[in-house]
Amino acid sequence: MPEGYLPIFVFMVVALLFPVVAIVAAKLVRPSSPFATKLEAYECGIKAASSSRGRYTVRFYIVAILFVIFDVETIFLYPWAVRYQSLGWFGVAEVTVFLVILVVGYVWAYKKGALQWV
Amino acid sequence: MNQFYTPTDHFSLLPALLLALFGCAILMLDFFVLPHPRQKRWLIFFALLGEFFAGLALYRQYRFLEDQSIPALRAFSDGLIIDGFSIFFNAIFVAAAVLVAIISYRYLEVEGEHHGEFYGLILLAQCGMYFLASGTELVTIFIGIELMAVTFYILVGFLRSDRRSNEAAMKYLLLGAFSSGFLAYGFSLLYAITGSTRLPKIAAELAQRPATDPLLLLAIVTTLVGLLFKVGAAPFHMWAPDAYEGAPTPVTAYLSVASKAASVAVLVRLFLGTLAPHRINWEPMLAVAVVLSLTIGNFSALSQTNLKRLLAFSSISHAGYILLGLIAGNRTGLTGICIYLFVYTFMNTGAFLVLISLRQKGMTGDDIDDLNGLIHRSPGHALLMALFLLSLGGIPPTAGFIAKYYIFLSLVETGHYALAITAALFVAVSIYYYFRIVRAMFLNEAGQLLPALPGWGARVGFAVTALATLAIGLYPEPIIRFAGTSLLR
Amino acid sequence: MLDTIFFYVFALLTIGGAIATITRRSAMHSALSLIVSLLGVAGLYLLQKAEFLFAVQIVLYIGGIMVLFLFVIMLVNLDQAAKERQFNRQWLLGLVASVLVGAQMVWMLNSAGVLSLPAAVPAPAATGPGNIEALADLLFREYLLPFEVASLLLLVAIVGSVMMAKKTS
Repeated sequence: MPEGYLPIFVFMVVALLFPVVAIVAAKLVRPSSPFATKLEAYECGIKAASSSRGRYTVRFYIVAILFVIFDVETIFLYPWAVRYQSLGWFGVAEVTVFLVILVVGYVWAYKKGALQWV
Repeated sequence: MNQFYTPTDHFSLLPALLLALFGCAILMLDFFVLPHPRQKRWLIFFALLGEFFAGLALYRQYRFLEDQSIPALRAFSDGLIIDGFSIFFNAIFVAAAVLVAIISYRYLEVEGEHHGEFYGLILLAQCGMYFLASGTELVTIFIGIELMAVTFYILVGFLRSDRRSNEAAMKYLLLGAFSSGFLAYGFSLLYAITGSTRLPKIAAELAQRPATDPLLLLAIVTTLVGLLFKVGAAPFHMWAPDAYEGAPTPVTAYLSVASKAASVAVLVRLFLGTLAPHRINWEPMLAVAVVLSLTIGNFSALSQTNLKRLLAFSSISHAGYILLGLIAGNRTGLTGICIYLFVYTFMNTGAFLVLISLRQKGMTGDDIDDLNGLIHRSPGHALLMALFLLSLGGIPPTAGFIAKYYIFLSLVETGHYALAITAALFVAVSIYYYFRIVRAMFLNEAGQLLPALPGWGARVGFAVTALATLAIGLYPEPIIRFAGTSLLR
Repeated sequence: MLDTIFFYVFALLTIGGAIATITRRSAMHSALSLIVSLLGVAGLYLLQKAEFLFAVQIVLYIGGIMVLFLFVIMLVNLDQAAKERQFNRQWLLGLVASVLVGAQMVWMLNSAGVLSLPAAVPAPAATGPGNIEALADLLFREYLLPFEVASLLLLVAIVGSVMMAKKTS
């Protein structure tokens, strides 16, 4: 393991421990008296009409897949950003071509109405 | 420009660059300049313009090689190669794309699915094929294959209101992704064994490996499986009948002709070039695939009633014949592969073009029965169809005979007598089912379909395909010479 | 020493997450377990000093692909499927096949003479340019052609996903 990652690891351990400690401590401290009425809607609250697990519209899928595609694009930009200095204008030109082609796709999807919600 | 993108690189990339440029431009023009449905026809001219420039760039490459009298031009630090072979195959792709573009117009109008991106996608698919014919680097080849394949998944499912088209696209996508996995696995094994992704370096490394190396064997098997799938050869042909039947007919033509040729180009480069020293490993596997393709393709075609399905099975068997040239692997075999694919482009597109012309609103025109008595309704179409079918069957004086002749010659030259006899027997089987169609057209009572309405696209398409099929059959010398320049070695 | 401990932690995450993924009945739980598994793989990449793959794993797989998975799970009505008896009757065959493949892998890994891969490249010194820098140099110089073609592939993927998912207008 490269040494530079130790702080990150410590950070992650702390982040993991924090909710665990909080929940366990709360469990130990609080009084426990569960009964069914507690789980119902409060006072004038509206009872659930149906399961919340309905089917979502397919538009979410388009959004998700576009997100993945532009995620891939981002990950390609990452090494370029790291090596920005030494790649110079040549790198900028390459990335510009890369982005322009993707922008064509984005504009196409936009004009096609893929992002239209209503 | 610097050492990583030199003028040589630019020169060798130019056709693909133009195709990509025009492909993207068509996607944009569709919305911004020519948004009206009536203006879609201008997109065809734009696509043809792109093909024209790409063809011009190819011709310049050809002239360059001739003038300098060098066998090949390497670019992108062994990532691309421009040689006679790549130029020949790219010429096939240009021919196929032009034919498909001009025959699609009326078809898409009839189907009511005329969208501008169709022409853009045709160009982008061809851009992917360019890297299959010219790529000498595994990553480039793989991305080229994916670019081509993904485009075809979309094109196959282009008729969104047609359930069969959707189903075909889904099947093709799932199986295609599976086969791409095999190919990626094979390529990564080749990289793992040799430590390079560039074919010349891989070839140098592999020449020193023993043929019994299990890792190499695994690499060969997985690569072969992935590529045979793309070619549509048995036993990896399951996608072909469904995809061919469901796809819009111009796309079926494009798929059966250009996509097959591109995948064969990769097979030839890899197996006759890089993996040639390990022939003992791949030749038996390829022979099994060939015999299975011939058997399954021809025998399944016998019982088909849907013409597109029948032509799908016949294309599986044609894949078998083409791969026979790979097994022979000598000069004649390579010439045979090139001629076969070139001829196949015209005769197969021509046969599909007849089906497209017969298609009318509310009528599929895809069944053999729909052709009943075609000679009475539109004799021109019947005669053309007969010509293409004769050529597909390999009967002289059509071009198909020349193609098969070279394949068989190469087999005899290299002493593959058993394969030659098997293949010859299957030619007889294929003639039976091609003549079934001919009989329906000439002898059966006329059906109720109206005579076909030829558009300008169909006229040009028929003229080109029929002329090529006849001319190559009667006077094959130019094309033999042209194919002869395309040899790898 | 520390590396070994980390390796086992990440391996445990990977395998535990994978087992949870295939045994959970609710698709949503499976997807969430898969995240744990992918996270373990990301850690393993980091141990191998493959920092770029680590970033890819986090950004692309855990970030992107999992979002897609979750959306797909929400698109299809899985409540019904979750209640039904699982119809995987081939588990015995699957078990035998997995054991065979596993045994074969162990055998191949053990008999190094059979495999004879080129000698492993030693890991770069800690002070030298790291994995991402080396990758950037390769990607933007020697492999610039596939890099640019990849954007065409992504463009086609956009067109394809929109064409497939969008209702006929």
